[in-house]
Amino acid sequence: MEHLELFLKSIFIDNMVFATFLGMCSYLAVSKKVNTAVGLGAAVIFVLAITVPLNWLLDQYLLQPGALAWLGADYADYDLSFLSFIMFIATIATMVQLVEIVVEKFSPSLYNSLGIFLPLIAVNCAILGGSLFMQSREIPTLGLATVYGVGSGIGWFLAILAIAAIREKIRYSNVPPALRGLGITFIITGLMAIGFMSFGGMLTGGDEPEVAKGTVVQEGDKEISQLDKKSEDTKMMVGNNNQNITNLNKSK
Amino acid sequence: MALLSKKDSKLITDPLADNNPITIQVLGICSALAITAQLKASIVMAVSVMAVLAIGNVVISLLRNIIPSKIRIIVQLVVVAALVIIVDQVLKAYSYELSKTLSVFVGLIITNCIIMGRFEAFALANGPWRSFLDGIGNAAGYGLILIIVGFFRELLGSGTLLGFKVLGDPIEKTGLYAIGYENNGFMLLSPMALIVVGIIIWVQRSRNKALIED
Repeated sequence: MEHLELFLKSIFIDNMVFATFLGMCSYLAVSKKVNTAVGLGAAVIFVLAITVPLNWLLDQYLLQPGALAWLGADYADYDLSFLSFIMFIATIATMVQLVEIVVEKFSPSLYNSLGIFLPLIAVNCAILGGSLFMQSREIPTLGLATVYGVGSGIGWFLAILAIAAIREKIRYSNVPPALRGLGITFIITGLMAIGFMSFGGMLTGGDEPEVAKGTVVQEGDKEISQLDKKSEDTKMMVGNNNQNITNLNKSK
Repeated sequence: MALLSKKDSKLITDPLADNNPITIQVLGICSALAITAQLKASIVMAVSVMAVLAIGNVVISLLRNIIPSKIRIIVQLVVVAALVIIVDQVLKAYSYELSKTLSVFVGLIITNCIIMGRFEAFALANGPWRSFLDGIGNAAGYGLILIIVGFFRELLGSGTLLGFKVLGDPIEKTGLYAIGYENNGFMLLSPMALIVVGIIIWVQRSRNKALIED
């Protein structure tokens, strides 16, 4: 359950592109065609799924304050966390290189479809951002870190796929000349981000009434009606959000 | 100017407008959007990027004849990462609160495309002094957009600038709030950063028709 929750959260609520603006450079540069967008998106999922757990291990056993305790009591005081940027980026750069070599050797067809995007990925903020957010949110286990990596990758994939599809369609629309290309892409991304904000209630919406019921039983009848009303309100809010999303989809 | 020849001063002025890294070259968007809800954070970010880019450009330009071209990306990443660690430690030491607000975005200066982009496009082919000027110019162009976005988002979103209540007090209803003005809390949310940058691009390109795409 914990894993599923983090998975959904990293795809929709903390979406890399719409909530934290990571990987915007390649998101804007490579989203002119759906095919190339799919290639880059797949490569991002792939690399995130490998580097986030790897950096989690590094962080846990090398970088955190006291992480070197497994070497013996003498090393327990060391705090190497200031090195995390350089360690993370080194892991990412080597992993990208390694993945490229392995894929080229064992699956030339996959290499041909991902090929040109893999080297680009080493300097994609989404990859380093995934590892840094994993560190700052203190994700507790290796399993969760993997789930977080895959989830954020899928979220990024979803975003670039959506914007590429919209940009393919919008080419035939009558956009004001000064907004063509970059300008309209920014504004559409902003509107999509507003749409994605409505996912914010997705996970809290289900939890609140449950907590409310637990307290209601002890407190007596009078509060039941109030609390039920409250949970109805939250339901209504969630409903409104869903409506907004469908509206947005329609207007697109 | 005696200090800068005409060609050199162009290196600084060009990126401010017609070759702006954010609105024209589309580099370094990631961090530009996420931290601009407050003017102060935008200014600190702009200064940090300027320090990293100017020093990094000089280092890469000094090393440009030694670096084998096959491993240049890794060398560049190491140089940037070392500089960013210094910036991060300085921020943590002198303004801890702000470094909390910027959180992972200081680290993300490493993968800020503007930095790798300038290393690749300029520092690898030019001498240290010109690379230094190019670094300052591009970081200034980047900072300019950051500060414009931060200015509007903080002013319209919370009615303050650098924390000062320039529009009056919303609770005691002084200044503009006395005649019924309300803060637009929406400006503080992340999607508005994208839309503000979109509008800046729109204004810039309608003033200079040569920049229009297609």
